[in-house]
Amino acid sequence: MNQFQYMRVTNPKAAVAAVSKDNTTMFLAGGTNLIDLMKRGVEAPEKLVDITRIPLNTIEKTATGLRIGALAKNTAVAEHELVVKNFPLLSMALNAGASPQLRNMATIGGNMMQRTRCSYFYDTALPCNKREPGSGCGAIGGYNRMHAIFGTSTKCIAVHPSDMCIALVALDATVNVSGPKGDRRIPFADFHRLPGDTPQKDNMLQPGELIMSVDLPMNGFAGNSHYLKVRDRASYAFALVSVGVGLKMSGNTIQDVRLAMGGVAHKPWRLTEAEKFLKGKPATEATFKQAAELAMKGAKGHGENDFKLTMAPNSIVEALKTAAKTA
Amino acid sequence: MKDDEINDGSVENPGSSRRGFLKQSSALAALAMTPPAALTAVEKGLDEKLAVAFEQIPLKVEINGAMQQLKIEPRVTLLDLLREQLNLTGTKKGCDYGQCGACTVHVDGQRVNACLTLAMTTDGCKVTTIEGLAEGGPEGKLHPMQEAFIKHDGFQCGYCTPGQIMSAVACIREGHAKNPDEIREYMSGNICRCGAYSNIVDAIMDVKQGGAKV
Repeated sequence: MNQFQYMRVTNPKAAVAAVSKDNTTMFLAGGTNLIDLMKRGVEAPEKLVDITRIPLNTIEKTATGLRIGALAKNTAVAEHELVVKNFPLLSMALNAGASPQLRNMATIGGNMMQRTRCSYFYDTALPCNKREPGSGCGAIGGYNRMHAIFGTSTKCIAVHPSDMCIALVALDATVNVSGPKGDRRIPFADFHRLPGDTPQKDNMLQPGELIMSVDLPMNGFAGNSHYLKVRDRASYAFALVSVGVGLKMSGNTIQDVRLAMGGVAHKPWRLTEAEKFLKGKPATEATFKQAAELAMKGAKGHGENDFKLTMAPNSIVEALKTAAKTA
Repeated sequence: MKDDEINDGSVENPGSSRRGFLKQSSALAALAMTPPAALTAVEKGLDEKLAVAFEQIPLKVEINGAMQQLKIEPRVTLLDLLREQLNLTGTKKGCDYGQCGACTVHVDGQRVNACLTLAMTTDGCKVTTIEGLAEGGPEGKLHPMQEAFIKHDGFQCGYCTPGQIMSAVACIREGHAKNPDEIREYMSGNICRCGAYSNIVDAIMDVKQGGAKV
């Protein structure tokens, strides 16, 4: 690991001021991804600003829903009474991610900020446009079993690895950030971005901006939620494909629905077309299959990951069946 | 914003005699032992930056019940601090990337991967390692989980065992050891390449059902 200066701050203003000064300074929260990347030489900040002592770890009711502090630990959120009761999809997604040890360390904000697990991004001896813009993409035409089938570019086919983010995009979350130019709110669906010509940019945060909290609006999906994660082993592995579902049922009719997929794109992939189609339809396997077909429009395999073109729609149907309790 | 506002209640590499020393020493001597960050600093003529890259910061942390007043480089992980500076080699370095769980310790009662924990972030915390698990310390009676691992042959080579035991104790304390399936899920962060998994699950079930205080 490179040597760096260490600074500990106790309030957001100081954190933002410290990181805004130059682009070699980074925030340190749970560290589960950043320290890993620093050990491998993928990241080499000259200064780390430890934000873990800023009191931003509360989970509280608001007038419209729930506000989760950016520094709340993954475990604390997954097991919080209000989350389990009102947003079981978020609990399920969090518990599907990483290991108990990592979930005890990782924060909500950090989870959103984690980088891709693409092996070319991690290996500094190989080309990667995300790590070193202009160096090329090793995954295109290379080992790409874990890679994206939606929203790729000629520069990058990496996926965002988070499970939690799939739940947050499905649950219409909003991200509150504080920066050198003040505070702003970013709809979760617009927080992460597609690679395009600048895959080095994972999200829409401006330099120095700090995630303060995530807002979740109350919804009627708690009774029929499911997070399905398909992976190489039963636990503690990144998703090949994952699906987050929330259904609001009226008898056997789908009143409202939220659908999102993980392991398939550079950002949490919300399935809006399929959602529109499902509204008002009966919860049957036939409608679920049609919805999955709609969701797969525009999907493209890259060789090793062609199996996702079959696995993804099958997973959508399976997750919908489980959420609707028709399985 | 003024600089002193940034430092409100916070910590930053404080000045030290080392800084003074470096300022006086010749640039050549410094260059021979400088890391890239410091070299950049030299190019920019930033003596201050060069100095702080070498500085050791004070850290106060309670480890296995004993308060430790230390001075460490910011990049030292909790795992390296335990093993290399405090000679607590019970905590193992397996992958060093948070993937195997061999370095599992408890920080303020929560199990974490010591390899991905910067030691500085544990300032003011209580750390428990495998050496501090048994009542009466390393010379005392074995912890019930340690006894159970021996009874059920919960290991072969033994390298992952300290991490497995720290995780197993946490697993029961968290209430995640109700049945073998739950144990397997909540022990998934600890890899055993010898494949002693079934015996590890037996050991944890035994302790859980035996009702011993963990």
